[in-house]
Amino acid sequence: MNIEPIVNGIVIDHITAGKGAELYSLLGLDRLDVPVALIRNVPSKRLGKKDIIKIDAELPVDFDVIGYVDPGATVNIIRDGKTAEKRTMELPEILTDVIKCRNPRCITSTEQELKHVFRLADREKREYRCIYCETKAE
Amino acid sequence: MRNVIDILDLSTQEIDSLIETALDIIDDPAKYSDICRGKKLATLFFEPSTRTRMSFEAAMYELGGNVLSMASAASSSAAKGESVADTAKVISCYADIIAMRHPKEGAALVAANNASIPVINAGDGGHCHPTQTLADLLTIKREKGTLSGLTVGICGDLKFGRTVHSLINAMSRYEGTRFVLISPEELRVPDYVIDESIVRKGIPYTETADLDAAMPELDILYMTRIQRERFFNEEDYLRLKDSYILTADRMKNAGPQMIVMHPLPRVNEISVAVDDDERACYFKQVLNGKYMRMALILMLLGEAGKLSGPAVPRMIQL
Repeated sequence: MNIEPIVNGIVIDHITAGKGAELYSLLGLDRLDVPVALIRNVPSKRLGKKDIIKIDAELPVDFDVIGYVDPGATVNIIRDGKTAEKRTMELPEILTDVIKCRNPRCITSTEQELKHVFRLADREKREYRCIYCETKAE
Repeated sequence: MRNVIDILDLSTQEIDSLIETALDIIDDPAKYSDICRGKKLATLFFEPSTRTRMSFEAAMYELGGNVLSMASAASSSAAKGESVADTAKVISCYADIIAMRHPKEGAALVAANNASIPVINAGDGGHCHPTQTLADLLTIKREKGTLSGLTVGICGDLKFGRTVHSLINAMSRYEGTRFVLISPEELRVPDYVIDESIVRKGIPYTETADLDAAMPELDILYMTRIQRERFFNEEDYLRLKDSYILTADRMKNAGPQMIVMHPLPRVNEISVAVDDDERACYFKQVLNGKYMRMALILMLLGEAGKLSGPAVPRMIQL
């Protein structure tokens, strides 16, 4: 399978196989009006297989979302056909409007346009808690 | 702007200072009787409450200040659909400090993030109730002489009880604390509270359903009410509501040093006969709550630069 190399854009590489679609959705890539490729189950020496996302435009990307979904992913910024910047991800301390608080007693369930904000409570367990009610993210 | 949403917003040093101020107020109330003249406390209570609201209002009056109060949530703009954020912005134009109770967890944080004056959380659903904990800490200090080295038994609804989580957070910071958590299986302390506030700090604790067996070793027995309003299911409430009732007879299991505390209101979990026992301290908590709220109002108004004069205690001029 061949996909044209990107001249200016973003490649999200080393995505754990199966997580590409979730990332595609959470990053809102379905709403972009530029060429985007989600390639699944690509053979990988390190991971066995992996997913890759290629975006044919240099757009602002929410690295927190990538870090939350798959901290093992890498992001390559491509300029003039070359890798201009390579970033490794980590779990973000704060997640804003990435996941929703499901606690019906939480103020986020009623307050108009209130952002859903979670803090990293336990890095080892990858556990996030709502900053308003402390309910664990599902 | 400094706010108090959670008891952990206050360091142990600040709590020591608040206790010091409260004790000074008790010793010499006249010194403080005019210190907040011209200042206004807005009490925003979106959930029924008598004692906490009146405690805040009494506290502000005894400091010489004034109170702006809404009669009930039903008569406020919230009933028309106004957001907490907008309410906080509007009230900031009228008052110098806000005390707020709201049925939704996290509502006080939303208010604090939007107000331009200090916000005190007077209870946000089942989440936090820091001024109750301040009342508890002053009571423990006055009755036991220390906040360290105590075995604290907490009994009843440990799942939904906001005072319970705040008390655990507060006492877990003092050396030598040990917790005995007494509840039915369904109302145990949530795992995250045990993990974050007890286990990670290496604090010894036990969980049990047996109040009688636990009592002899306790320095403090903190009773709580099984709260009807926290249950979605009436059947569960009816099944659990009489799990623990402290009677005069049961008090025989306790040592002479054990004090009984309760955030009130009680329903039937402490028999009225226990009120005459000199170890019963729950009505003292009510009075102590007013003094600690006075101290807290002074601290926050002082830090906001809204107080001046020779009577302002040293701690709030920091």
